[in-house]
Amino acid sequence: MAGITLDSLTKSYGPTEVLHHIGADIEDGEFVVIVGPSGCGKSTLLRMIAGLESITSGEVFIGDKMVNGLEPADRDIAMVFQNYALYPHMTVRQNMAYGLKIRKMPKAEIDRRVQEAAEILEIAQYLDRKPRQLSGGQRQRVAMGRAIVRDPQVFLFDEPLSNLDAKLRVQMRLEIRKLQKRLGVTSIFVTHDQVEAMTLGDRLMVLNGGYVEQFGTPIELYERPASVFVAGFIGSPAMNFFRATADDLSVTLPNGAVVPTAQSARGGVICGLRPEHLVRDPSGPIEMEVELLEHLGGVTLLHGPLQGTDQQMVISLEGISEIQIGDSLRFSLPPELVHLFDAQTDRRIG
Amino acid sequence: MLKRVHFPASLLPYLLVAPQVIITLIFFIWPASQAVYQSFLIEDAFGFSTEFVWFENFEYLLQDDHYRDSFGRTIFFSAAVAFLSMSFALILAGFADRVIRGSTTYRTLLIWPYAVAPVLAGALFLFMFNPTIGIFPYLLEMVGYDWNHYLNGRQAMFLVIIAAAWKQVAYNFLFYLAAMQSIPRSIIEAAAIDGAGPIRRFATIIFPLISPTTFFLLVINAVYAFFETFGIIHAVTQGGPANSTTTLVYKVYNDGFIGLDLGGSAAQSVILMFMVIVMTVIQFRFIEKRVQY
Repeated sequence: MAGITLDSLTKSYGPTEVLHHIGADIEDGEFVVIVGPSGCGKSTLLRMIAGLESITSGEVFIGDKMVNGLEPADRDIAMVFQNYALYPHMTVRQNMAYGLKIRKMPKAEIDRRVQEAAEILEIAQYLDRKPRQLSGGQRQRVAMGRAIVRDPQVFLFDEPLSNLDAKLRVQMRLEIRKLQKRLGVTSIFVTHDQVEAMTLGDRLMVLNGGYVEQFGTPIELYERPASVFVAGFIGSPAMNFFRATADDLSVTLPNGAVVPTAQSARGGVICGLRPEHLVRDPSGPIEMEVELLEHLGGVTLLHGPLQGTDQQMVISLEGISEIQIGDSLRFSLPPELVHLFDAQTDRRIG
Repeated sequence: MLKRVHFPASLLPYLLVAPQVIITLIFFIWPASQAVYQSFLIEDAFGFSTEFVWFENFEYLLQDDHYRDSFGRTIFFSAAVAFLSMSFALILAGFADRVIRGSTTYRTLLIWPYAVAPVLAGALFLFMFNPTIGIFPYLLEMVGYDWNHYLNGRQAMFLVIIAAAWKQVAYNFLFYLAAMQSIPRSIIEAAAIDGAGPIRRFATIIFPLISPTTFFLLVINAVYAFFETFGIIHAVTQGGPANSTTTLVYKVYNDGFIGLDLGGSAAQSVILMFMVIVMTVIQFRFIEKRVQY
């Protein structure tokens, strides 16, 4: 078991720097999710930790050992790939045993480990099948099995759920989470899906354009997003943003509405309001004209412009609402749920 | 039930396939049937008399030691050419697959030999290995080895094998490289993480995964060595010395056009024809259902 330390990790392709001085301390046994839009460098970062991609500058430590110069095989890691990367000409058993055989483990020990892993993953009855005879979910389990029989210090997951259908994805997500807790192996999981990230990770690293936007627990990211990007990325539906003018403990929205805040600021700011934090309040400052309703059963989504502007916003209300299209409604929210960001830097104020 | 699409009957489709059919009939079917007919005849060397003898030509061939020797020689030759050219191509492709910088140049250069005509390839090797003026005999002499493929049958065989294999390497290389590049990168990476070094990855992952290509190339190379190496042999050794490089195809030419035994030569080509048919069937069946792994 070991933690992972990333020290000012940088990756360049020629003159183009794609990852900029990534630093992080990942504790032993922690489940960290790297999340970000496509092209943000999250897979590259994972592959640098795995040793599949060269490191331009900076250092990677697994445990106390600097692994920059080590081959992937010598880093004591296991990786689960997006397309599973099973060896198509080998049976499930051979797939799982491959790494152990190379490490010259005694046959009896290999059999024991493969059997044990197969039982944990409920694929014991498929051990003698070839990968092409398995469904997507079963292949996914085999790929996991190949990782766990090795008993490595670190698991690396490269978007392993994105090839599964929605229902199976939710199920496998829970299983990965349970398995990781049970084995207690330090894990890094890459995904572009924020729900996956929120449910799986002990901590999330939000990556954007090669920079770490924020590294923290899911709740920290939700409650105190460090930037406009994180605020917009975490939470569904996405946060509403308005350009506003702050005056100490209140902000003035484009239509002149004055909203009280808990953050103290002055001048031009970006004001963020989560759709689910707005509540109906006949005397509230925020007025919206409903143009479109989405009835999702548990919640109802209201779409429309902020009164007096053409800026679209979304509000999420509990339960089934009797609201009609064309209604003009007023909302308010507690001051501590209003998020303010610097208009120049996009960073959180205070 | 599929509904059949009906087109109005028309002459056009027949007209469109007609040229192909005519070419096939004139240049393939007719000569082939002539060969089959010829193989039942015995003709004297001057063409004055012809006798229809049924299978006597074939019976004679089967008892002929020269023919049986030539058969064995051809199989050895084909096996050696296929093995040499395929293993070299495999090694080169294995390296090319790992090259990132300058890969286009490397690949293009490796493909060039395929564009060289067989006779020219033969001529190249003839000059390089000429006992009096060639560079290789000169070098070999410095280490004390006496090279003269005009006198030594083993050396002559070695030379035509090298020349024939050299020409085929480029073709095999292309197929092997394509096969290797179609293996998903992540499988190789997974093997690397599992602890397999480059050679082990090649032996346990890459080679098994490209086995369909290996099988395909085996058939292609066998056909090549059997039937398409006439030019090389003709240019380099003319079947000699003492028939030591006379393969079946070369013997057809030699017996027919030099020895003027038209019936015997035709019988040999009929046997070769059947061998081509068998190999083609094997290949077609293989293409229909690829080797499963």
